[in-house]
Amino acid sequence: MNGLIRAGVSCLRTGAAHYLTRPAGGRVLSAPARFLCASADQQKDLGTMVKKDKVVVFMKGTPAQPMCGFSNAVVQILRMHGVDNYAAYNVLEDQDLRQGVKEFSNWPTIPQVYFNGEFVGGCDILLQMHQNGDLVDELKKLGIESALLDAEKESK
Amino acid sequence: MAVTADHIRDKLIKELAAVHVDVEDTSPNRCAASYKVLVVSPQFEGKPLLQRHRMVNTCLAEELKEIHAFEQKTLTPEQWEKQKSQ
Repeated sequence: MNGLIRAGVSCLRTGAAHYLTRPAGGRVLSAPARFLCASADQQKDLGTMVKKDKVVVFMKGTPAQPMCGFSNAVVQILRMHGVDNYAAYNVLEDQDLRQGVKEFSNWPTIPQVYFNGEFVGGCDILLQMHQNGDLVDELKKLGIESALLDAEKESK
Repeated sequence: MAVTADHIRDKLIKELAAVHVDVEDTSPNRCAASYKVLVVSPQFEGKPLLQRHRMVNTCLAEELKEIHAFEQKTLTPEQWEKQKSQ
């Protein structure tokens, strides 16, 4: 906790220092230029992240402890289908990621779901895919047999 | 500019030629501006869900910057009629 507070304070200090150097002229461009560069790197990283695992979720909190109702809904839907093995990235731990993934996907909200590197949608879309049966088919394309199919077979 | 349910409704009707829009302000349930919308538009015809949602997101891009949570349902007039009769 102390570390967090200290980090916050040092952030503020850096911010103030940048602000003060602006009138001097020479460094005015350095901050935005560095930001652009970091952001280009991050967009490249995101391209790798979404392809690394078959199912990737950007969410608030973790699957064990979602910090938002919509992120929780995505976790519960995946759980119902027996999808346990997916990569979940907590955007609350990384403000750059939180903003970066919105730009990367051109999607304004969190959570965001990716299958095989392809953007699927947010909570509303996953829920509707679950309701209309598309989710079972999409998971099959990834080589994942939905647990709901097993449950159906057993009940027959 | 403060985002209101009326503003969202008007914009969706104007820009997406929506024939029916329900906007529910769900902010009281949450910590910040939240809305739930149902949009019925013939422009959704033949378009997959993701594309429909992107159309709504684009239409409300400015407003979404101020909105914390946003739920949407996008239907064609035909789907809307079917849902109403159920």
